[in-house]
Amino acid sequence: MKLTCLSKGEGFYFPPCHMLNICGFRVLLDCPIDLSALTIFSPIPIDYDGEVSNYSAQNLNSADGKSNRVEKPLEASDLIRAVPWYKTVKSLHLWDVSFIDIVLISSPMGMLGLPFFTQLKKFSAKIYATEATVRLGKLMMEDLVSMHAEFRQFYGPEENGFPQWLKWEELEMLPSALRVIAMGEDGAELGSWKPLYSAAHVKECIQKTQSLKYAEEVYHNGTLVIKAFSSGLEIGASNWVINGPKRNFTWLSSSIFASRHAMGFDYNSLQGNGVILFSDFSSMCGNVSVGINAYRSMNQIRPKVNSPTGSDFSTLRDGNNSKEDFIKSVTDTGENTVEIDKLAFICSCAIDSVREGGSVLIPIGRLGIILQLLEQISISLESSNLNVPMFIISDVAEEILSLMNVVPEWLCEQRQQKLYSGEALFGHVKLIKEKKLHLFHTIHSPNLLAIWKEPCIVFSPHWSLRQGPAIHLLRRWSADKRCLLVLEQGVDADIALLPFKPIAMKVLQCSFLSGIEMQKIQPLLEILRPKLILFPEDLMAHMITSHTGSSVYFGYSENETICVPRSRDEFEVDLATDLVFQLQPRRIKQENAAIARLKGKYHVHHGRHLLISENEPVNHSQSRLLLQWGSLDLTLLLLALREKGINGSIDNDGMGEHNSCFLRIYEPKKALIETTGTLTVVSAVDETLASIIFQTICSVLDAI
Amino acid sequence: MTIECLVLGAGQEVGKSCVVVSIGGKRIMFDCGMHMGYLDERRYPDFSLISESGDFDNALTCIIITHFHLDHVGALPYFTEVCGYRGPVYMTYPTKALAPLMLEDYRKVMVDRRGEQEQFTYDHIMECMRKVIAVDLKQTVQVDNELQIRAYYAGHVLGAAMFYAKVGDSAIVYTGDYNMTPDRHLGAAQIDRLQIDLLITESTYATTIRDSKYAREREFLKAVHKCVAGGGKVLIPTFALGRAQELCILLDDYWERMNLDIPIYFSAGLTIQANMYYKMLIGWTSQKVKDTYATRNAFDFKHVRSFERSLINAPGPCVLFATPGMISGGFSLEVFKEWAPSEINLVTLPGYCVAGTIGHKLMSGKPTKIDLDKDTQIDVRCQIHQLSFSPHTDAKGIMDLVKFLSPKHVILVHGEKPKMASLKGRIQAELGIECFYPANNDTVQIPSTQYVKVDATCKFVQNCLIPNLKSIQNCVEGKLDVGSSNTESFPMVQTGHKVSEGILVMEKMKKAQIVHQSELLPMLGVEEHQVQFAYCCPVHVRNVDNSKSHEHGSESSEPVGFSTSLQPCAMSSSSIKIADPSLENILLSSEQFLWLHLLFVELSNKFPGEKILEFPDNLQLQSFHVHVCPDANCPYKVKEVIEDKPAVHFCCRWSTLDEKLGWRIISVMQGLDLTYSRPHTPYSKKRKSETSSF
Repeated sequence: MKLTCLSKGEGFYFPPCHMLNICGFRVLLDCPIDLSALTIFSPIPIDYDGEVSNYSAQNLNSADGKSNRVEKPLEASDLIRAVPWYKTVKSLHLWDVSFIDIVLISSPMGMLGLPFFTQLKKFSAKIYATEATVRLGKLMMEDLVSMHAEFRQFYGPEENGFPQWLKWEELEMLPSALRVIAMGEDGAELGSWKPLYSAAHVKECIQKTQSLKYAEEVYHNGTLVIKAFSSGLEIGASNWVINGPKRNFTWLSSSIFASRHAMGFDYNSLQGNGVILFSDFSSMCGNVSVGINAYRSMNQIRPKVNSPTGSDFSTLRDGNNSKEDFIKSVTDTGENTVEIDKLAFICSCAIDSVREGGSVLIPIGRLGIILQLLEQISISLESSNLNVPMFIISDVAEEILSLMNVVPEWLCEQRQQKLYSGEALFGHVKLIKEKKLHLFHTIHSPNLLAIWKEPCIVFSPHWSLRQGPAIHLLRRWSADKRCLLVLEQGVDADIALLPFKPIAMKVLQCSFLSGIEMQKIQPLLEILRPKLILFPEDLMAHMITSHTGSSVYFGYSENETICVPRSRDEFEVDLATDLVFQLQPRRIKQENAAIARLKGKYHVHHGRHLLISENEPVNHSQSRLLLQWGSLDLTLLLLALREKGINGSIDNDGMGEHNSCFLRIYEPKKALIETTGTLTVVSAVDETLASIIFQTICSVLDAI
Repeated sequence: MTIECLVLGAGQEVGKSCVVVSIGGKRIMFDCGMHMGYLDERRYPDFSLISESGDFDNALTCIIITHFHLDHVGALPYFTEVCGYRGPVYMTYPTKALAPLMLEDYRKVMVDRRGEQEQFTYDHIMECMRKVIAVDLKQTVQVDNELQIRAYYAGHVLGAAMFYAKVGDSAIVYTGDYNMTPDRHLGAAQIDRLQIDLLITESTYATTIRDSKYAREREFLKAVHKCVAGGGKVLIPTFALGRAQELCILLDDYWERMNLDIPIYFSAGLTIQANMYYKMLIGWTSQKVKDTYATRNAFDFKHVRSFERSLINAPGPCVLFATPGMISGGFSLEVFKEWAPSEINLVTLPGYCVAGTIGHKLMSGKPTKIDLDKDTQIDVRCQIHQLSFSPHTDAKGIMDLVKFLSPKHVILVHGEKPKMASLKGRIQAELGIECFYPANNDTVQIPSTQYVKVDATCKFVQNCLIPNLKSIQNCVEGKLDVGSSNTESFPMVQTGHKVSEGILVMEKMKKAQIVHQSELLPMLGVEEHQVQFAYCCPVHVRNVDNSKSHEHGSESSEPVGFSTSLQPCAMSSSSIKIADPSLENILLSSEQFLWLHLLFVELSNKFPGEKILEFPDNLQLQSFHVHVCPDANCPYKVKEVIEDKPAVHFCCRWSTLDEKLGWRIISVMQGLDLTYSRPHTPYSKKRKSETSSF
């Protein structure tokens, strides 16, 4: 088995990506796109004409700046004004996609890059994802396509071939911060930019994807059994298990033990597998700490939230030796309360803003957060007696929200309980009915203008602040210091907000739990008990080094291929019982062992190797001994022959040239047995005698 | 190992489905239903047969409920709360959501109407449902380390599922009720091609072949339309779930298409509330309905309003869904009393009504008067329409499923005895599958498959798989040019898998391992010991001038070029000459060569099918080697030549693999007379002419 980590990703929106070689199959694990790279592009300008000259002038300036090696602070005009391209996983384009056999998708975010490949003729891999992931992923792709349409409309049809901005001279002139995003530290990432796919490509991609339920077994090529188990990160998000004939492999992606909307992390089903690929980088890039920063000169609001660090791990484990206790502690250590606190804090900030008459813009892309904020903010608004409308402006909002109410099987316990009591699964159903929440496809909808009222609370994509309805609202409100913008941590606010400067509105940056917390990683892996753990090298340093478990750790890092040693050489085969009863075992001299010839039909069915008895009657003439070994002891042979009424004498000083010995048979008929170390020749007057002698030789020799 | 199947209910009858299957040390109860036709103890399965002591937790591994109908789930609260079973219960999400509504509805009717003592309370139902573990379709659920279960779409009602259960190598499928044709709101049953030992299938329509459901749906719509067009009121008494939504989807859709504006009412809050469940569970309906979730959830009925009591006697046509079904009391009875006397009105009845209900009376003949109690009598003049579509599969569907799954055994439940008997006959005759239809409380035992787990080396597995690939290739080629030499490959392809051979090595304290034959000896660290047969065979010859020639010959006189490693007969005589400078030797060996060649010609005639290779100093046929024996004292001359006829000795050797062939050749050789007519012809010329012939 071989593993190449193509990218360790960047947070929730850009999950890690790996290439795996298992049992002869090449498997791509996730195929995301790095949407944060969109920030090098300018959002659609409002006053385009006036800016063009300014833009080229700026280019000259930045060229000067470069030669002087003095970096000016970034300005809005530094951003690239062109139809944006999208950045896929950096070294994926170096692989020949026609050799990929299987693609597994862990979350809706992990499939956004798929249409880039499924549109290629040579791409023939089978794509597996959970049903909910496929449906959400499809909507997210469609949303991207529709937001992107605005650029196309603005800049006109895309030029064929290479865009201007991707030319070397242009890239050279980019300010270093943007240049790093565009080409990576060493320029290697330049090849990963691609023009966006179309709606038709999305459709094609979805058609090529096979959707599964959690714990549904799918048999790939008859030999691999592939299963998805919930990871808790998002609705439909999954960890995958591949059972091959020689290897049980688990791909453990970012997981959340007790999600507040999606079905929780099903770690029980991942137990006892041979190899675990630990691919949850969230504890590294997210910094579990909860930082809520105000932007620039604004008041810094930092709520006290206890953030556990790696050192807390020992206390966590020492106190909980038994598994049950650990499980309890894992799900209870307050990651939930922390998350609730964060939402409550956002809520209170939002209420404060609308009280002052400011509107709130929430361009967060996490479905779970949106759904929960909708519920909480509406409760807060009600309890504060505020009659402030909430809007969701997105091309796919309506579909996503109605989808959320028809997928009880994919939700957490508490939400499922709502199904059983006949309530809607999420609060938004009631809010829409009560006309407290309004859904619109675009900001230009005539109906929107009819009911638009400020202050209001708006959820709208896109979190990159480069496309989608959010940018229009941001322009409208950025100068109003009563207004509030809620961003996620991980988004580089400096670059993201560049085009909207100067900014007076409050900016709240909040990080949300997006994986296993650092201090729970090791206890979790001890529960799962794999033989081998493929673990990120970068994360290894953060771990307490005492590997108490029996597992062996293998470090991996980006763009390095590691070979995982074989755990077993043999295939496991099921023998049909009737075949076992037909066996005629022979004890062999050498060892404490018996051997038997085996004959049957070999089937590979649903990942199992079966050997079943042939239906035709056993051909007796064929059931002969075919293979002999050892050396022939003539004395023993003579004894055995005598029992059968055959007599002769051993002639040691014969005429043999190769140290051969002779046994001359004179009774009942004449025969000769000549033997050397590895060869015996039987010469008899007739067939019957020869045959009896041969049988006897086989009984004296080891034979099968 | 056997699978034991105890039928506690729905054996040769319809009602109280309950089958307990013991498989590989696990015991699973499939369905736990009640019989609607009985009020005494016969309404529940006889649970004492599972465990006399009443220790059900140890007697059962789990309970699986296939769908929310009372004849499948009705006894569950009684079993868990009154009998005290505390183990796991599995059902699909919709069943878990909807079963308590059905149970509560039924409990209320029984208590309200009959005033009888309740068998279980509302709290019992709630407490019972808390024990239920919901499963999704196709999700492989690990009940414990050995027992695996999986639900498949059954299409009978929302959330209905067939269940697959597997322990070790034994597996079964219990279908519950299913429908093999899609209807307006549900899809058709769907299952993988599983390898199972036993299929337990319902057989409600064991002998019926039905036309499409659409025709009967149309009939219903027409009846309703006719009634409302004539200004009449339509009463549809139903339970809150299932049928109500199914009919409502039909009507709502029809109203939309026909542009009707006549109100459709749902009585009370109950049924409207039930729609909420259906809306959330739309993912379990047919693809067509499912796809509507985003634009307008199909269960967001456009034309449906809620009903006010004051509307009972309001003028004008309407359609009313009222609970309970079967007009067993409550609101539907109240409305019935008012509407029944008018002949323009219509009452639709479900396919099955419990005896004692008004529904039952209406179905048995067409009464004009119904006595409600001593004082009340209802004039029945309205029309009655009986709904004839039932979401069960017909005989063809059952046969299709049995054929598709090809189980080793079939057990029929949930049907009528005579029909089951005829279906059993069909299954055994047409499909050759053994079939049973046990009565209630009977046990059927069937054998189950088992496998022994062993390891196999790569080489063995590769050897097993590669020939198969070849045979597939042959098949493709064979198809391209039929009638060519490839026809031989066809039988191989038809048998599918070729027979593989290996050697099973069983060592103490180790898992048995299959190895390829060639791997065995290196594995044991020994060398092969070959056993061969040898026979120095005298063959009669005639017209020999120089009969003593072969006596002159000796080991050393054998030409160098004639060593055993010679290439096939392509070697020309000129090369022999170059290899051997001695003229005499050439003459001597040429004579040997001649005899050998004569033998070759004879053997070729006697064994036309075999490929005989001719080398300058020997002939080969499979492992059979023959050369002219130069040694008068050859040890393999075991047969003494008694006759004084001139003979040449041919020394033969062959492997034990070709034992029979070897002796056949020997016997042919012994009967030969080799004739050498022109001894002085230069053989090189002759040889040339001969070579051209093969």
